[in-house]
Amino acid sequence: MHRLVVLPFRKSVEIALKSIQVRFFRSLVTTLSLVLAIAFLSFVNVGNDVANGLLATGHGEWFRLLVDAGYDLSPGDLRVDSSPKQRWIVILSLLVCVVGIINAQLMAVTERFREIGTMKCLGALDRFILRLFFLEAGLQGIIGALAGALLGGGAALLSAWLRYGVAAIAEVSWGGVLASLGFAVVAGCILSLIGVFYPALVAARMQPVEAMRVEQ
Amino acid sequence: MTTDSHIVRVAGVTKSFQLGKLTVDALKGIDLEISAGEYISIMGPSGSGKSTLFNMIGGLDKPTAGKVYIDEVDVSQLDAYELAWLRCRKIGYIFQTFNIIQVMTALENVTLPMTFAGIGGDEAVDRGMALLETVGLADRFQHKPFELSGGQQQRVAVARALANDPAIILADEPTGNLDLTTGEEIIALLKELSSDRQVTVISATHDFKMLNVSDRVVWIRDGRVDKIENRDELSISIGEIGTRG
Ligand SMILES: Nc1ncnc2c1ncn2[C@@H]1O[C@H](COP(=O)(O)OP(=O)(O)O)[C@@H](O)[C@H]1O
Ligand SMILES: [Mg+2]
Repeated sequence: MHRLVVLPFRKSVEIALKSIQVRFFRSLVTTLSLVLAIAFLSFVNVGNDVANGLLATGHGEWFRLLVDAGYDLSPGDLRVDSSPKQRWIVILSLLVCVVGIINAQLMAVTERFREIGTMKCLGALDRFILRLFFLEAGLQGIIGALAGALLGGGAALLSAWLRYGVAAIAEVSWGGVLASLGFAVVAGCILSLIGVFYPALVAARMQPVEAMRVEQ
Repeated sequence: MTTDSHIVRVAGVTKSFQLGKLTVDALKGIDLEISAGEYISIMGPSGSGKSTLFNMIGGLDKPTAGKVYIDEVDVSQLDAYELAWLRCRKIGYIFQTFNIIQVMTALENVTLPMTFAGIGGDEAVDRGMALLETVGLADRFQHKPFELSGGQQQRVAVARALANDPAIILADEPTGNLDLTTGEEIIALLKELSSDRQVTVISATHDFKMLNVSDRVVWIRDGRVDKIENRDELSISIGEIGTRG
């Protein structure tokens, strides 16, 4: 008995993209919680970048404005670091986001039982199904995280401009902002992949007999 | 191998399902031998175990006892990779609910098993188009499933089942969700394939329209083979049905 069954990588990307496109609404719901959580993460981090830029100038004026804005600073501080409270809120929001993704992906798997079972009847191996789900989640992760990072970063800059004036924007270290955005995008992709892990496993382990069940 | 080798051999297959404390014996000992190129109908009332038997023959489920041999290879001995190969190359499945993959066009559905078999690009497209031509849907190749009628979807499914030139086509109630005329068209198509391509067609059904085209009919009842009739013996049963119905 022979045993070679393949699925070229390019083809799996094609299928994953198509799935996202066709189930656009479902993908949007799955991605939305990620967008929001990553936007929050990036808002906080870029906000801190702005504050650091201002502190680095050493002007007392900026210092007072920052304290007014709610930053916990003692005289002589040249950096703001995210406070424990801030960190906890961010971590919680990311956790909630992962739970949301798991929930949405589990529903997607249930909706697609017949499709998965059929693919298995056509010769798909468990790991093709795994790969398809991880690819879809990865693509959703990149797109969602990028959108979230830009949204949150943009909002942070906008609020800095409104609160401290145009001059403040000139002091921002753009390298730091870019690093914060990059961190947010990477975090988003990782969260999306963590969220799909269990649902993908459920899908891959599904038996092909499921495709035969007649009741919808 | 003897000259009279069997492409499918079912030996003493039983299958029980555990539903809580209740055990349902769906198959109670089935023996069946099918030769290459035959058109076999598995007939029986709803709940008689047709689908269960179908899943055993297709390597989709494991018997509780007994063995299923495809080309004299014991299916239960195959590992995941060999089973995938069997499903991909050796057997074509047709379902009552068509099971066309919703996100793909008709052509993509037909070429998907070819992709799994390592055939891609132009060759897959050419072969896919030829198969769609065979089932009379060449002009619909870019349509999505929801743009096709039930009969057309089942035609796509037939083309997809033929993608890798399988030796066996397994169909579970292929006309169950179709109206009379469309059902007849699908039956005629299956018959044509069986005689033109020498594909072994095994079809579970309670559609009496299948009787005319079958080489043999396996009547099952309550998880057992009731009787097996060759085509020439069939007129009697059809007569009976005629007088009953
Ligand atoms: N997965 C299952 N779990 C429990 N009982 C099942 C299962 N599949 C089939 N059965 C039972 O086995 C019997 C035969 O079912 P099936 O093979 O689907 O019949 P048919 O296809 O002839 O209508 C029925 O009594 C059905 O309830
Ligand atoms: Mg059935």
